[in-house]
Amino acid sequence: MAKVLVVTSGKGGVGKTTSSAALGTALAQTGQRVVVVDFDVGLRNLDLVMGAERRVVFDLINVVQGEAKLVQALIRDKRLDNLSLLPASQTRDKEALTEEGVGKVIEELREKFDWIVCDSPAGIERGATLAMRYADLAVVVANPEVSSVRDSDRIIGLLDSKTFKAERGEPLEKYLLLTRYDAARAERNEMLAVEDVLEILSIPLLGIIPESEEILKASNVGTPVTLNNPSCAPARAYQEAARRLNGEMVSVSVPREKKGGFLGKLFGRRAA
Amino acid sequence: MTAAVRSRPSLRFRGRSFHAMVLAPEAPVSAWFDDLDEWIKRSPGFFLGRPVVLDVTGLNLSRSALGDLLQEFSARSIRIMGLEGAELSGHDLQMPPVLRGGRRENVIDLFANDDTQSAIHVNGQAAGTDTHEAEAAGALLIDTPVRSGQSIMHLEGDVIVVGSVASGAEIIAGGSIHIYGSLRGRAIAGASGRKSRIFCRKFEAELLSIDGFYMTADAVEPHLIGRSVQVWLDGDRLMVAVQE
Repeated sequence: MAKVLVVTSGKGGVGKTTSSAALGTALAQTGQRVVVVDFDVGLRNLDLVMGAERRVVFDLINVVQGEAKLVQALIRDKRLDNLSLLPASQTRDKEALTEEGVGKVIEELREKFDWIVCDSPAGIERGATLAMRYADLAVVVANPEVSSVRDSDRIIGLLDSKTFKAERGEPLEKYLLLTRYDAARAERNEMLAVEDVLEILSIPLLGIIPESEEILKASNVGTPVTLNNPSCAPARAYQEAARRLNGEMVSVSVPREKKGGFLGKLFGRRAA
Repeated sequence: MTAAVRSRPSLRFRGRSFHAMVLAPEAPVSAWFDDLDEWIKRSPGFFLGRPVVLDVTGLNLSRSALGDLLQEFSARSIRIMGLEGAELSGHDLQMPPVLRGGRRENVIDLFANDDTQSAIHVNGQAAGTDTHEAEAAGALLIDTPVRSGQSIMHLEGDVIVVGSVASGAEIIAGGSIHIYGSLRGRAIAGASGRKSRIFCRKFEAELLSIDGFYMTADAVEPHLIGRSVQVWLDGDRLMVAVQE
């Protein structure tokens, strides 16, 4: 049974596209058929992060409007042949998306894939509401920072009222993915603590992705971080999140600042 | 500890609902008035001081016929406070206002309600305490968190939230607001009664208001933040106190 997963946040720049690519890739690495759909019409980025920007011919809008067949628009990943991308259009705007059109595309994708990962645009307008419309579950991406958390709370409210599942009275699974977590700043109390974010949003935690230059490096070479350097901390955090999405029980670890230097060695451990 | 804040004076409009008895004359109207006269003879003074709304739905009265009908009632010392089901075209300014959107109530409940309400008021005065308004008409229970951007409006009674009210969310209640979680958004209580209160387990509100008197987070004493508090109205001041 195919699952439609929406990656959403409300606020921009928190890591939706990076997370969509990394989670999609990590799910594909477990052998499942995955498609990542870019809903950010007019401001597409997912093709860049996935390294497919030079292979885009047709896009989501073409398929929605019947100008191209789905198979023509799907781009198969060069590294993982069970991973595909459905790019967004850069020249059109979000008004070109219709609810029935998106519904038809999602139905078709359900037959071909195990996971349909929808990368939502920022905001709460048409693009974002259509990206979440047919979702079976949602990953809410937030940074440990007040404005991001409040916007995420707003999005959770929309997920509970505007999705097809919610309108039929069925519960929609929602998970929190906390990104750009900086252990050093958390220790200095310069960011919201993980517990505070969880208390405010009151949805289960899918994972904590540490702030890392590996993310930027991976974006620049157009390879999702889980493929580019599978052993780095953020890649491992995404892999664990993907395993939790698959229903495995994996405990979430809060990233800690590495104790370094002479004093760190001296006082590295506190006596019981 | 109690902290008081001076609120700004303002022109305030209030909504309030009352119970009224509805009389619906049936055609032929003369026979209906004969029955009414019988009733008044058996219980004189029954209509004295009782608010009565006249339901003329289905009678299709012209303006003069409606005027005659109202004459009949005033001749029997029955004062009509409003008309239901009347066409605005057949209405003039001398007549009682046209009412809409009434809800059906059992007549027996209506009288029973009257009695309990007065009993509670008597008790309250005897004990010398400030009783909570006995407007028990249906509290609204919400057992999910209220998310940012959501607005819950319930003018018919209390609102009870089992969960938290997020920053950017608002609760508007006719009566009191009870939050068994954190209050981080806005709580607007007492849209129809100044004896309403606001209770919450963890106080981080953006805005509080009772009966039109409001205060923002800026005006809250810092030591109250994060505590379990209740908020009430004393004259024109909002009082916030920690409850243990």
